[in-house]
Amino acid sequence: MARGGWRSDRRPLGPYESRVVPQLPQLILTGVTVGATYALAALGFSIIYNASGVINFAQGEFIMLGGMIAAFLAALGAPLPLAVVGAVAATALIGFIVAKLAIAPARGADVTTLVIITIGVSMILRGGVEATLGKGGRALPPFSGDKPIAIAGAMVSPQSLWVMATTLVVVAALALFFTRTRHGKGILAAAYNRLAAELVGVDTRRVLSMSFVLSAALGALGGVLIAPIANASYDAGIMLGLKGFVAAAIGGLGSGVGAVAGGLALGLMESLTAGYVSSAYKDAVAIVVVLAVLLVRPSGLFGAASGGET
Amino acid sequence: MLHAPPSALVSRAPTLIFAAALAALPLILPNAYYYDVAIRIAANATVAIALNLLIGYTGQISLGHAAFFGLGAYGSAILVGVFGWPPLAALVASAAAVGTLAYLVGRAILRLEGHYLAMATLGLGVVASIAIGNEVALTGGPDGMAVPDFSVLSWRLAGEKSWYWVFAALLVAAIALADNLVDSPAGRALRALHGSQTAARTLGVDASAFKTRVFVLSAVAAAFVGSLYGHYEGFVTPGLAAFPKSVQLMTMVVVGGMASVWGSVLGAALLSLAPELLARFQGYETIGFGLILVITMIFLPRGIAPTLAARFGRKAA
Amino acid sequence: MLSVERLSKSFGGVAAVSDVSFSVAKGAIHAVIGPNGAGKTTLFNLITGLDTPTSGSIRLRGEEVAGLPPESLARRGVARTFQNLQVSMNLLAIENVMVGAHLRLNSSLLAAMARRPNLVARDRRARQEAAELLAFVGCGAYLGAEARAMPYGALKRLEIARALAAAPELLFLDEPAAGLNHTETDEVERLIGEIGRRGVTVVLIEHDMKLVMNVSQRIVVLDYGKKLAEGAPDEVRRNPEVIAAYLGAANDGA
Repeated sequence: MARGGWRSDRRPLGPYESRVVPQLPQLILTGVTVGATYALAALGFSIIYNASGVINFAQGEFIMLGGMIAAFLAALGAPLPLAVVGAVAATALIGFIVAKLAIAPARGADVTTLVIITIGVSMILRGGVEATLGKGGRALPPFSGDKPIAIAGAMVSPQSLWVMATTLVVVAALALFFTRTRHGKGILAAAYNRLAAELVGVDTRRVLSMSFVLSAALGALGGVLIAPIANASYDAGIMLGLKGFVAAAIGGLGSGVGAVAGGLALGLMESLTAGYVSSAYKDAVAIVVVLAVLLVRPSGLFGAASGGET
Repeated sequence: MLHAPPSALVSRAPTLIFAAALAALPLILPNAYYYDVAIRIAANATVAIALNLLIGYTGQISLGHAAFFGLGAYGSAILVGVFGWPPLAALVASAAAVGTLAYLVGRAILRLEGHYLAMATLGLGVVASIAIGNEVALTGGPDGMAVPDFSVLSWRLAGEKSWYWVFAALLVAAIALADNLVDSPAGRALRALHGSQTAARTLGVDASAFKTRVFVLSAVAAAFVGSLYGHYEGFVTPGLAAFPKSVQLMTMVVVGGMASVWGSVLGAALLSLAPELLARFQGYETIGFGLILVITMIFLPRGIAPTLAARFGRKAA
Repeated sequence: MLSVERLSKSFGGVAAVSDVSFSVAKGAIHAVIGPNGAGKTTLFNLITGLDTPTSGSIRLRGEEVAGLPPESLARRGVARTFQNLQVSMNLLAIENVMVGAHLRLNSSLLAAMARRPNLVARDRRARQEAAELLAFVGCGAYLGAEARAMPYGALKRLEIARALAAAPELLFLDEPAAGLNHTETDEVERLIGEIGRRGVTVVLIEHDMKLVMNVSQRIVVLDYGKKLAEGAPDEVRRNPEVIAAYLGAANDGA
């Protein structure tokens, strides 16, 4: 799986270039930026898992769709803010459709069936993009230019700042949503005990579709934010989804704090591996790490979710 | 009212008929292209049967099984092409190496359940294909590498017609062996693990040992087929171990029929032929596969073969 | 046969089983009774290896077995049924019973695939024995049936047949009569008596007092995880603490 995801470091070197190992602050910055995207993806996984016990293997495709649709709209001439909003909205709608058409009919099916359905959905989404927008990578212009800013000895691209700031805002908003609003608390209640939640008036059928809409929007936002840094392409979803799940699993499925922590941790580990070991194997880091974590603590660092071990 | 299982001949009849049909098939295959299709179906079906033992009968999940197939293919390719080993020895060594890897990995991850196991197997498959793609010196990298012909002593196996017999025989053997396994104490233990692991353990079924054993068995089978397939094609690419191939194999099992040997054959046939039939729809394979998966899982969760068998009142194989 | 000493199990802060001691003689039929939530199934889980005690000892024929996994206990002649049915619905009824004989058959995958003749012959005998066990527990009508097609009462007896297929020396029955009607309960009572007569040591959890009184030689009463009383049926029936525990529970529940 050498394709997809971050194309930036797979470019062959020109005759006068050399690969210099970046400094530590730079690596950390890259790690946090990437980690923020993973955190958003992991949050998406956790929200759906909390709401329905389903691991949405198509989450990576939501991220991909965000980037691809935004790039498509921008290429059509839409101003950047419109492209961003349009991409997030469109993906959220797609999430709704997925929940209604593919997941809801299979409620109560066993884990294997659900896993396969979401894999099928991810293929439909990926194949759909391949068929309509082609296999080529697409670029999105950076939100506020690409002149790096010097901070603490490292060169930060404005886009990285956008990523980190937006993620921070989103995470805070989500925390408020789930702990303060009726809808948010309803979703959590339904996760703990569906019957009890229904008895107190939570519409649990809407919980499923709402959770997909929310996760799709989150994923798309992450995809849009990162698209200027690493080109989007139709098959970017596979690795992004895998890593998003890895981040969620490290932190503990279903735990918001865990998702963010896991995402950042994963981003940092990848960045450091790419810098000090080998950029080719950085994708493998994610997998090795999650396996190591799960073997030691089957429910992740912060989680208490079931479905971990016999 | 079944009191004793049907006599050996009766239960073997479908297999024997199938073998006869495979033997007669060359009479109607017009040219090498059709032989190629038949070989691909047979190879996929053999791997699908092995995979079904793991996911259909024992109830585990494996989203990275193509990795074993690809590793087997590359193992033989490297041992024969780079180190000059005799192909037969390479075949055995490759399968053994993959089996060992599967044992070590399986012992560790088969403790996990459900989604975690799914992700772990997916991740392993990805690591394997990354490794294959990156070790360019050994594997030729993303462009793949050539594989010398399969030869034993001085006899060379080449050409679709000869390879057809090999893969057909392999498929028939796989069907027979799988049937044997399913209706045996070991097979019942595996299926009992799927039904209720707790109860099985209290009856003395060592859950982790059995799960590991069937995992290794299905990995070795995939590697074995992969090795031979590499020799047949004369070329191996990292795609043989990649996620799309894993999904293809799993789709064959799931659509054809979980816990059904004939279902796997059916699934392999359908899904190997589909790209041929849909050749006009280039670029739509992914979306097509996805639709097949989703629709089958929603409407026929047990797959085609068991659903048909239930409809017509018989028990599925 | 079995001796449990100061057995305790806590989940977090909650003591499910607390300092329980009793012993079961070979060939005896014991019952463990108590109000709901008294820790009876936890006790079973501890003895049959599905859970690990926090402290205490479990001796089987003098050997310390606390904390061993269920597979090990099965190898030592222990079998059980489940309160909430743990039947493999994907198998035939007779196949479920045959799994009970797992330890007595050759379970090698390779030998199975090779279809070695003596494995086939042995398997045929195992099928015969399973059919006889199905008849013994009164499920003869389900000889060719799928487990998922069987009614609840039959499934409970199927579990007993499956446990017997292991030829156990010590059999644990967790609420064998739960959810059964009078006829079925009488059938189970008869079955337990017959099993006892064949020399199997039986320990059962039951709420049906008539069954318990008729079938048991000794009764252990649990309440809130602690042993409340132990003795012959008549002694226990007249024990004021036992009566209070049950009446109290009845009042709370009413």
